[in-house]
Amino acid sequence: MTERYDVLIVGAGPAGLAAAQAAASHGARVGLLDAQARPGGQVWRHDVRRAAPRAARKAIAALHQVEILTQHHVVACEDHALLVETPQGAERLTYGALVLATGARELLLPFPGWTLPGVAGAGGLQALLKQGWPIAGKRVVVAGSGPLLLAAAATLRAHGARLLGIYEQAPAATVNAFARQLLHWPARAAQAISLRARLAGVPYRCGSIVRSAHGEGQLGAIEIEGARGVHRLECDQLAVGYGLVPNVELAGLLGCAMEHDGAHPQVQVDSLLRTSVADVHAAGELCGIGGLAAARIEGAIAGHAAAGDDEAATALLPQRAQARRFADLLRRHFALDPRLHALATPQTLVCRCEDVTLAALDGFTDARAAKLATRCGMGACQGRICGSALAELGCFPRGGVRPPLFPARLATLALAESEPSFSDEYRGN
Amino acid sequence: MNLSGRVRLTVNGQPVEVPAGASVAAAVAHVTLQFRRAVHGEPRAPLCGMGVCFECRVQVDGVAHVRACMTPARDGMRVQTDD
Amino acid sequence: MTGYDLIVVGAGIIGASCADAAAGEGLRVAIVEPGPIGGGATAAAMGHLVAMDDDPAELALARYSLQQWDAFADLPEAEFSRCGTLWVARSEAETRAITTRVARLAAAGVDAQAIDAQTLYELEPELAPGLCGGMLVPNEAVVYPPRVARYLVQRAQARGAQLHGGRSARKLERGSVVLDDGTRLSGPALIATGCALPVLLPQLPMRGRKGHLVITDRYPALLRHQLIELGYADSAHGDADSSVAFNVQPRPTGQILIGSSREFNATDATVSPAMVRRMLERAFGFMPVLHGLQGLRVWTGFRPTTPDGQPYLGAVPGQQDVWVAAGHEGLGVTTALGSARLLLDLLLQRKPAIDPTPYAPSRMAA
Repeated sequence: MTERYDVLIVGAGPAGLAAAQAAASHGARVGLLDAQARPGGQVWRHDVRRAAPRAARKAIAALHQVEILTQHHVVACEDHALLVETPQGAERLTYGALVLATGARELLLPFPGWTLPGVAGAGGLQALLKQGWPIAGKRVVVAGSGPLLLAAAATLRAHGARLLGIYEQAPAATVNAFARQLLHWPARAAQAISLRARLAGVPYRCGSIVRSAHGEGQLGAIEIEGARGVHRLECDQLAVGYGLVPNVELAGLLGCAMEHDGAHPQVQVDSLLRTSVADVHAAGELCGIGGLAAARIEGAIAGHAAAGDDEAATALLPQRAQARRFADLLRRHFALDPRLHALATPQTLVCRCEDVTLAALDGFTDARAAKLATRCGMGACQGRICGSALAELGCFPRGGVRPPLFPARLATLALAESEPSFSDEYRGN
Repeated sequence: MNLSGRVRLTVNGQPVEVPAGASVAAAVAHVTLQFRRAVHGEPRAPLCGMGVCFECRVQVDGVAHVRACMTPARDGMRVQTDD
Repeated sequence: MTGYDLIVVGAGIIGASCADAAAGEGLRVAIVEPGPIGGGATAAAMGHLVAMDDDPAELALARYSLQQWDAFADLPEAEFSRCGTLWVARSEAETRAITTRVARLAAAGVDAQAIDAQTLYELEPELAPGLCGGMLVPNEAVVYPPRVARYLVQRAQARGAQLHGGRSARKLERGSVVLDDGTRLSGPALIATGCALPVLLPQLPMRGRKGHLVITDRYPALLRHQLIELGYADSAHGDADSSVAFNVQPRPTGQILIGSSREFNATDATVSPAMVRRMLERAFGFMPVLHGLQGLRVWTGFRPTTPDGQPYLGAVPGQQDVWVAAGHEGLGVTTALGSARLLLDLLLQRKPAIDPTPYAPSRMAA
């Protein structure tokens, strides 16, 4: 039931794959675990109908001497050990060094109608499609913010969706300024041009936000507010996402120090991507949203450092700085319009697990007090969706993290072998 | 999975066929967009697509609260959504 | 200087009940609470309204309080669910003891009945085979304690009580309470700070007895009654450093709340995987179906425990105008309303409905 690894990596996206390759190159016993059924993470998620991108295939093929542990869900942590749940049962994985590459999730903001079936995240619908979600012939609107919208739209079109339009909240002036900056990043520019070509004929509207979704039992139409006022659009599916939020829950459970970028916490790391906790490294989006290139280079840095080769890690630092500069560019140009914070009405459900409205949270300035009084954040998602949304809306920061990291079978929770406690400072439900 | 690279399962008793590697969420979407009933009875469907939001919970082979988006479809699975 | 008839320090279920009762009597009330209302042991508690029959004083207070809880049965904030308590017997020896327990409860006015094994499985089909029967206490219920505490504070506020939220009491001075921001509230003080009692009243011994709870996702109708093993009292009243007992509850949401553990000498609030394991394995033994259920959260709390297991309710000896209501161990929610009523009777120099002697804080001075 207990397996020991020199280097254990959590998250098999670009950062985790690069970390595994780097760590294994030093002869370390490396375990690479992920909750998904296949490696690749979100950006390189396996597509059942289409071949994977070349870079993804190469990154996965490059893994020699790495044990890939899919469908492994981290439930809790102990000193140098993770308790994980698998479809078969539960296991305890111990490690010499741990690399956190837990990536990011989409920022999903409440608006009237967002709970209707047919409304999904932009990255969310893209992920569903890649796993076979039927979309051919469906009328789809993509909305939200950032280049992820274009990537999602391209996947939608490739899967046969009827794309009615892409609605970017950032104003045209800043999006155009961003496009001009791309001239300094030829590879990015080429990527953008290729995406635009694949989306030929699809309207791309800036300064536009989806105000509400409507339908009986499922989505039938949306209301869009743009430069020329409000209009209604009938559609079958809405893919709407407002950028990304770092997945810092496991880092939090381990006791890693955090820093804030705007409303959302990210893991604090030193120049070699070591967290504040000994033998715990972090790479990629959870250290601050940085995109694919930054994730790959950071994964390699963290993997080398975790295997004890600081020199190899240090040699990669200039590439990291370059990749992170692009992330700053993105952040500056796709800052969220304050109007998005005001879309939810008092009757809009904010906590989807427990059906808690925005009005019910009126007057609370603390996540725990709100939870005790209203059940907000008490459900299965453990406040990941509503907590991030409420933090973004400026209501209150998300509450503390505690085990289990995700809901887990009680049999799994009963597996704990050793006395050292879950790192947890939380009291009361 | 059978030789054709397709997976056959049932959703609410209805036979569904999806490509190998497809998720239970995809299989359900062939039959209904109503995955679970929320606390106050509203129908819900997947939101995040990546295992975070828990809106896609269904019953698989009698086990409740399984995230459909995180679960690969397998031959012979019996999937049930909330009524 | 602000004058009050009663300054309630601590807004857990006990302090909230006292504040509500005092405001209901027309007293000018202040409430001092540094954290969320009902955010301490109240939030961590199961919220099971239960009469324990093995101690007469405890039973008297529970019975008195349970009658008052009936007034909350239709209050949405209470999330009141009259699921009843089903005590489960593992052995013939436990079964034989049931007759005595039924009689003791009946004498106190609590309806209870012995049930045979067949009835036990009809009531709760998911119980493990091989159990011998049990005792059903049909009128007992569960509530959601932090929301009740909040409701009581709000009701007190509606009757004029002043809430000093986000403030803690730094010290008690003759006839007043000094808050951490220097504010001085003048009037008699009632200390209801549970485990933190020694901060203000070091002469009254109090220990925290740590407990763990696990809650599941929603499984409506899987469980109908609060189930407790008849050996529970050995865990609750024994002096063992640590113990676990089978104690599971159907929440009105369909969730299942799983307890319980007791630990002395555990002072940090961290979840202990070893205790969780012991507690869950105990529960699996009685209810194997629990194995496969999804657990959503695990948390800990501390039961405020006095040396003799009885709460402190009454005037603090040697200190003028200082009163105490604290130390209800695992029965704070059950006995909160009765404790508040009893305390107000003492404060207003009326004769309480039940004998207050067993709870008199002066017993510690003796």
